[in-house]
Amino acid sequence: MRLFEYQTKNIFKKYGIKTPNGIAIDSVEEGEFDKFPVVIKSQVLVGGRGKSGGIKFADNEEELKKKVKQLFSAEIKGERVEKILIEEKINIKQELYLGITLDRENRAPLAIVSASGGIDIEEVAIKDPEMIIKRVIAPQEGFWDYEAIKMMKDIALKGKELMESARVLVTLYKIFEDYDAELVEINPFALTENGEFLALDAKLLIDDNSLYRHKEFEKQFEREYNSLELRAKKAGLTYVELDGDIGIIGNGAGLVMATLDMVQLYGGKPANFCDLGGGASRDRVIEGIDTVLSNKRVKGVLVNVLGGITRCDDVAAGLVDYRNTRDRKAPFVVRMIGTNEEKGKKICEDNGIDVIPTMDGAAKKIVECVNRQ
Amino acid sequence: MIVDKNTRVVVQGITGYQGRFHTTRMLQYGTKIVAGVTPGKGGREINGIPVFDSVEEAVNETRANASIIFVPAPFCKSSMFEAIDMDLNPVVVITEGIPILDTMKAVAYARSKKIGIVGPNTPGIIVPGKTKIGIMPDHVFKEGNIGIVARSGTLAYEIAATLSINDFGQSSCIGKGGDPITGLNFTEILQLYENDSETKAVVMIGEIGGTEEENASDFIKQMSKSVVAYIAGRTAPPGKRMGHAGAIITGKKGTAENKIKVLTLAGVKVASSPKDIPEFLKEVI
Repeated sequence: MRLFEYQTKNIFKKYGIKTPNGIAIDSVEEGEFDKFPVVIKSQVLVGGRGKSGGIKFADNEEELKKKVKQLFSAEIKGERVEKILIEEKINIKQELYLGITLDRENRAPLAIVSASGGIDIEEVAIKDPEMIIKRVIAPQEGFWDYEAIKMMKDIALKGKELMESARVLVTLYKIFEDYDAELVEINPFALTENGEFLALDAKLLIDDNSLYRHKEFEKQFEREYNSLELRAKKAGLTYVELDGDIGIIGNGAGLVMATLDMVQLYGGKPANFCDLGGGASRDRVIEGIDTVLSNKRVKGVLVNVLGGITRCDDVAAGLVDYRNTRDRKAPFVVRMIGTNEEKGKKICEDNGIDVIPTMDGAAKKIVECVNRQ
Repeated sequence: MIVDKNTRVVVQGITGYQGRFHTTRMLQYGTKIVAGVTPGKGGREINGIPVFDSVEEAVNETRANASIIFVPAPFCKSSMFEAIDMDLNPVVVITEGIPILDTMKAVAYARSKKIGIVGPNTPGIIVPGKTKIGIMPDHVFKEGNIGIVARSGTLAYEIAATLSINDFGQSSCIGKGGDPITGLNFTEILQLYENDSETKAVVMIGEIGGTEEENASDFIKQMSKSVVAYIAGRTAPPGKRMGHAGAIITGKKGTAENKIKVLTLAGVKVASSPKDIPEFLKEVI
């Protein structure tokens, strides 16, 4: 999950990383500040906040009030603004980049610094790879001062500035470990005209698997899902909404992904990804279909099950129960193999649901079926 | 292969629901399970298998040399370290949902001792007709000479079933695991198959997220055996986790498109449907 900027900055302050003076507010009334000019930053999680009008500036109190009001009633790329961070505007001498990320390739954390901060680091990596200094961190040994000093020296920092920036980088790694981060980033990391380093922006992504160790964020985590995705998650399903019209249900992430691909290969558009998980009961199947069909765009549903712990007859029974008890109707195409396959097929066929023996055949069939409507 | 019918397995987390259920299944398949471990429950028996409080006791009493772990995610880091400390190899980690940092540290420790971790979030390893250290439905597999390596369990079963129907039995099937960080990676598992006399060709089943498939292409170029691939997730949107923790396109990294491109350039035949894989195998063998 991703934390808001103000939350990450609060963590930074706790760890001794300086940020501009500022306040986070929930309402227009709280929008007061005594030092101008200021930056007014909407607290949203979507990328490209600045370009979408989510960051504004003000030179006096009147302007501040006006812009705070504007932002609170705005949506930034579809995300409502519920909190605003007001900070004093900083005179910047140089913008740098500091980050610790997860390096899947090396199965280790990776420290990244650049003298060219303030812009998208991935773009810098492509255009000017020599502007970026990276260092793989040994997961068990951790990240030492000398390593950080070497990195900052490699981007031409000296003396006091070298030592202070290296201290921040080492601290950033401490935060990475303490918060089970997938990414912690200061961009821009500003060197001010007073020779001080400040974190102007702050990004922290926490590994979802570790949230049981960070209970303070659990409630907030739920906000990252739309209501259907959240409902599915609580029922033990994995549901991701897409923009097509063919509902897809299956068991196992890879199989469901492949089913989506197959539908697209035959000219259809998947409406979702829905993984029933292992050993789905009849009730979980019903919940899955209900979730998929709550999306009004769905015109037909493909169910693809490979029975292992999951039993084909349980899936079939869930399907039939759903059809017999709910009003929302849509054609189903079913493909099932594995545990209790024959029983499952019979239940489907007795209830007039098509069972197709192969994944390809089933994908073709559902596409034809939806295209005819 | 790294396991065979003589591999002596300890089941960590044997008294839990999953551990108990799959121990029965593995025993039915013929896997030599010699011990179980659940701290605090030493002295019991499950299906005639003695349960110990620690891996150390289990190894001393039963000469176990490999482990399969079903321990819940919050306690799994300690279990992985415990198995590595006792030099069990491989350590197959079935558990899903382990914090990445925990896995990363366990994997680094295992690598320093040249121990192979399979997983986490894996269905395990099966050597058809010989042993199963995992949770896969064994009826879809058949003895033969095709090696399978996959990030996804069910997709591996799907493809194994397709191969079996078309008379391509398997020398073994290894689940690499669906997490962002796993122990043995694609390249290392391909190396195992390259050196395995039972294996003639390999089917590699990848998916979106990370760059392991791309990295493996360098090794594939040097292999004497042919590799056929399938990559799931062509339709996956960026920034969304598709079921597996590791199946996510971040920025421009980890797309199916790029993996297919790089593998194709390395001379790998990449199937657009699992049903094409047997045809591709006929061409390369």
